[in-house]
Amino acid sequence: MNKLLLIIKREYLAKVRNKSFVVMTFLTPILMVGMFLLVAYLANMNDNDKRTIVVLNESHYFSTDFLSTENTSYVNFKDLSLQQAKDSVMSLEYYGLLHIPNHEDLEKVASTASFYTTDSPNAGVLNTIESIFESRLRAHRLLNMELSAEDFSILEQPFEVHTANFIGEENVKGANIMKAFIGGGFGYLIMMFIIIYGGFVMRSVIEEKTSRIIEVIISSVKPFQLMMGKIIGTSFAGITQFIIWVISASILLTVAVFVFNIDVASLGVTSKVASGSIKEMSSLPVAMDENMILYIKEFVNIPWASLIVFFIVYFILGYLIYSSIYAAIGAAVDNETDTQQFIFPVILPLMLAVYVGFFSVFENPHGPVAVGFSLFPLTSPIVMLMRLPNGIGEGGVPLWQLVTSVFFLIVAFIGIVWLAAKIYRVGILMYGKKPTYKELFKWLRY
Amino acid sequence: MNNILEAKGVSKQFGDHVALKKVSLHIPKNSIYGLLGPNGAGKTTLIRIINQITYPDSGEVLFDGEPLQPSHVATIGYLPEERGLYKSMKVGEQALYLAQLKGLSKSEAKKRLKFWFDKLEIGDWWGKKIQELSKGMAQKIQFIVTVLHEPKLLIFDEPFSGFDPINANIIKEEILELKEKGTSIIFSTHRMESVEELCEYIALIHQSEKILDGKLSDIKKAYKNNIFNVGLEVDNPELILQDLREKFTIKTPDFCNTEKHLDFVVQLPTKETGDFLNYVSSKSNVTQFVETIPSANDIFIRTIEEKNRRNNE
Repeated sequence: MNKLLLIIKREYLAKVRNKSFVVMTFLTPILMVGMFLLVAYLANMNDNDKRTIVVLNESHYFSTDFLSTENTSYVNFKDLSLQQAKDSVMSLEYYGLLHIPNHEDLEKVASTASFYTTDSPNAGVLNTIESIFESRLRAHRLLNMELSAEDFSILEQPFEVHTANFIGEENVKGANIMKAFIGGGFGYLIMMFIIIYGGFVMRSVIEEKTSRIIEVIISSVKPFQLMMGKIIGTSFAGITQFIIWVISASILLTVAVFVFNIDVASLGVTSKVASGSIKEMSSLPVAMDENMILYIKEFVNIPWASLIVFFIVYFILGYLIYSSIYAAIGAAVDNETDTQQFIFPVILPLMLAVYVGFFSVFENPHGPVAVGFSLFPLTSPIVMLMRLPNGIGEGGVPLWQLVTSVFFLIVAFIGIVWLAAKIYRVGILMYGKKPTYKELFKWLRY
Repeated sequence: MNNILEAKGVSKQFGDHVALKKVSLHIPKNSIYGLLGPNGAGKTTLIRIINQITYPDSGEVLFDGEPLQPSHVATIGYLPEERGLYKSMKVGEQALYLAQLKGLSKSEAKKRLKFWFDKLEIGDWWGKKIQELSKGMAQKIQFIVTVLHEPKLLIFDEPFSGFDPINANIIKEEILELKEKGTSIIFSTHRMESVEELCEYIALIHQSEKILDGKLSDIKKAYKNNIFNVGLEVDNPELILQDLREKFTIKTPDFCNTEKHLDFVVQLPTKETGDFLNYVSSKSNVTQFVETIPSANDIFIRTIEEKNRRNNE
């Protein structure tokens, strides 16, 4: 036990003192926040890309239909010929020209209208224009069927189904998605941790092999102790790194968002003023507040205690399973380039878990695929966590599934760590040749 | 118990490959025991079994009279042939770590390390990283780490590889000094001159089997086969050689004309030297008559060739 502690301590210190590890620890949050800022900035740039479309309306319809929005402003030209309008649009470098010719009949007007642009028009812009025509035409046709404009506006009212659970608590439409995202976040965290620090474990094993210190060490301690010490020490280093990342990234992000927000607000206000849609905007916050309360309620209602307990259980077991496989791979090879053929089958179930999780658990947290993957030990640490925010028992994950999943995971943990330790024990003393799967299988019987 | 280590019928198999076949050894206390054999003979497997890195399929190993058990690891020091240290770790920290893994307390390890660093005059390396040291320097550290916990049994696998002659000599002196203090030493090597110099006992392992073991001086006696180096003062070497060739086997005659001196090697049919000596002394003045004792190298090669010949028959 004492020796295990010594190994853990050494592995931890060796990792956290490593220069590239230190650089990564402090650079990553900066890069992450920088990335976030860049994306936000680019998105903002995109929003600000305003288009001006000239409307040459010769008909007596559509005079009030083309209202400027935040991104698109419509400018009306009057008393110009089509050719003159085209020329001036081109010389003013506006986005396009919408020509609505004069006819008695609205249907005729619509069918002869044309949209001129320099390049082929943006799909979004076309959609907007087409939907304006469509809704005007629909109103016109319904009027012909003797429906009044008031009737029409009643018809057009959107509908949103009121959702609640059986106890009568109101819930919001996005709640399931939010829960899946929270669970998915935990699952994703486990996957990232396994891939990053499992890789560290593997490289550290390879380093011991190539520096030829391995035999000196295992003449003092059992190979299993060394492997476990390495895995645990590396995971502590990983947790340290993660904590530094989370803390420094949130500090940086808060600072950045604060700075950034002023920017957004000022930009947002000017564009709103320009588009003249202040009234519409101002009505939004009220609705947001109501929704927000529901979201917060849902958020608080997530069974955090059990979620965190099971996160720790799945995290520890999942990480130990995978990192012992990584350790065995490191032991089997002489250098990192030889690891590729073995790593892919290890990463595959992880990737599968994340993608299947995101698609099937979001869709139906209790469907057969989601259940299957949350029971299978190589994917359960990720998929089960995506399902758990719905709670355990009624409405959530049935207790038997959770128990079975943890049971399978423990069985797999014992089995895989045992197998990996055997491969590790033999592999660390093998030099020179790149092993095949067949050989690894043979090592199990040594 | 007079044996520090006893192996009884130790066998080990890796898949289809037999690494050791019923090997039995007795390694007396306070001796230097040479474990010899060609590459791939099974020496390293045997050493790894003694270090409990691998375990025998059958047979038993007794350490100081007790069956080998994990606690013995602290009383064995092992310098493997494939050796190295953590490249990016500092010398002092690394030595402390390895000493603690062998069960020394931190303060005790520090004290002893200081002693050894002073003894080998490398005190100023404490804060250096291994990658800053030369190979020979790293080997010195490795040697200190192996002996630091004052083991009862030391196992050296090719200890002199990587040392320049001066440092190899320092290490040799240290090994002899450790033996003087009562340590038993197993010495695995191909370098026969160091076997000759250091080992009292040897065992020869070939193709997974022990084919020879015992006290080196006894083995040498057993391997003597009545070959003598002879020096004579003669005027006419051709004549005397002709006479001698009729009765004995003569090899490599060499005549020095200016000194009228004839050298040759003779193979006598029995241990009796009287006939031959009487004969040559009656004909000439004998200046030299020495029995050639086979070197460890000769024994090594002869035994293995014999064994191979028997296997082929």
